[in-house]
Amino acid sequence: METYYKPEDLKKFGNIGEFQKKLADKFFDYYGEVFKEGALTGREKALIALGVAHAIQCPYCIDAYTSDTLEKGCTEEQLMEAVHVAGAIRGGASLVHGVQMMNQTKKIMM
Amino acid sequence: MKSLKAQGHLFASSDAQMEVLNKSDHEPFDSKLKDVGLYPFKPTGIDIFQVNLGKMCNQTCKHCHVDAGPDRKEIMTRKTMQQCLDILAVHDIPKVDLTGGAPEMNPNFRWFVEEAAALGKHIMDRCNLTIITANKKYNDLPQFFAKHRVEVISSLPHYTSLRTDSQRGDGVFDRSVKAIRMLNEIGYGIEGTGLELNLVYNPTGAILPGSQETLEADYKRELKRRFGIEFNNLYVITNMPISRFLDYLLVSNNYENYMQKLVEAFNPNAAGKVMCRNTLSIGWDGYIYDCDFNQMLDIKVKSTAQHLSDFDFEGLNSREIEVNQHCYGCTAGPGSSCGGQTS
Ligand code: SF4
Ligand code: SF4
Repeated sequence: METYYKPEDLKKFGNIGEFQKKLADKFFDYYGEVFKEGALTGREKALIALGVAHAIQCPYCIDAYTSDTLEKGCTEEQLMEAVHVAGAIRGGASLVHGVQMMNQTKKIMM
Repeated sequence: MKSLKAQGHLFASSDAQMEVLNKSDHEPFDSKLKDVGLYPFKPTGIDIFQVNLGKMCNQTCKHCHVDAGPDRKEIMTRKTMQQCLDILAVHDIPKVDLTGGAPEMNPNFRWFVEEAAALGKHIMDRCNLTIITANKKYNDLPQFFAKHRVEVISSLPHYTSLRTDSQRGDGVFDRSVKAIRMLNEIGYGIEGTGLELNLVYNPTGAILPGSQETLEADYKRELKRRFGIEFNNLYVITNMPISRFLDYLLVSNNYENYMQKLVEAFNPNAAGKVMCRNTLSIGWDGYIYDCDFNQMLDIKVKSTAQHLSDFDFEGLNSREIEVNQHCYGCTAGPGSSCGGQTS
């Protein structure tokens, strides 16, 4: 069946360099550097990536960082808490605009 | 759960497993070894005599590479054990690593340990923990181990019951914690006693294990905090794509991805340190193998000395180690052996 997202395409991510090598190389170097242990541990970075993957709803990143966080020793509970953080920020981002709606309402209504 | 053998499963045959392992178009493992200058693959010595005392076990874990279980009857006889002892008596092989199944279920287990200890060997027992609580006759195993300074190496795939039980069976986690308490009580796993209790982590699924150092710190903190129990080291082991784990990979549609991960994570440094380079593995029937995995795949040593009755130290020490696609399980990332990550 034709679908927009194919799981096997994740393995081909590196191929984006075929059309523009220089930028792809710079991106992958940067990517590698970002995920190295630093002030944050590899595990903390992987959990952030999992949360962000849910916020941007990227199925490739969700698969990749589910495996990565599990491999790094996170529990199912921790993975779900990361998803809730994404949910809370997304939900909060919508709800905080409620203030704008209220401001506008108050401005245009008697 | 029944063993694959009792189910009459296709993978009870090692040929069927080898066929699956060699069907994919991954680079052959031996050519990978050639690339890094390790072929032909040779031993660096024989330091460990790993003896599989039988396939009988009180558990039927989902990932078991031995396909062990209560329904397996293959067990090493006292005569074969005596052959092992005769060899150990005349050769400088310092370590004896006992495995199974549950090695303690072999009726001659204690005799064998006493005799090997009398030869001055360092003895390791791959104890599944629950055997200690399984029956009254095993309750004093901790005291027996302590008497002979046996190093106890035990699987505990996670510090939560959810993960451990999903791999090893319902209630295994609680019984394992109880057994660790019994071991701790007489000094096992407690700093300064010299009584070593090492735990083994292996992933509960189609993923590779993370860093041994990080996981060990997690285990120490969580087991102490949640249950007040202690241990010495955590050995992190990769699941090998054979037997029941191979079946799980295929049934869950994870096989190709998992193999791909193993192959991509090939680490030449880990390849140099795999356990077959300093270990001999002895089957319940006295046949000799490069490792427990080759044993389960029925790949005997490439030597004229394929059985204990023809044991030839020099010949075996200069043999060529038999490798195949499952070996990628030992060389992925930081490597994996019976003693945990290798590099
Ligand atoms: S993994 Fe160990 S405890 Fe589990 S069935 Fe196999 S031999 Fe028994
Ligand atoms: S599976 Fe056995 S023979 Fe292959 S690398 Fe691992 S220890 Fe060596």
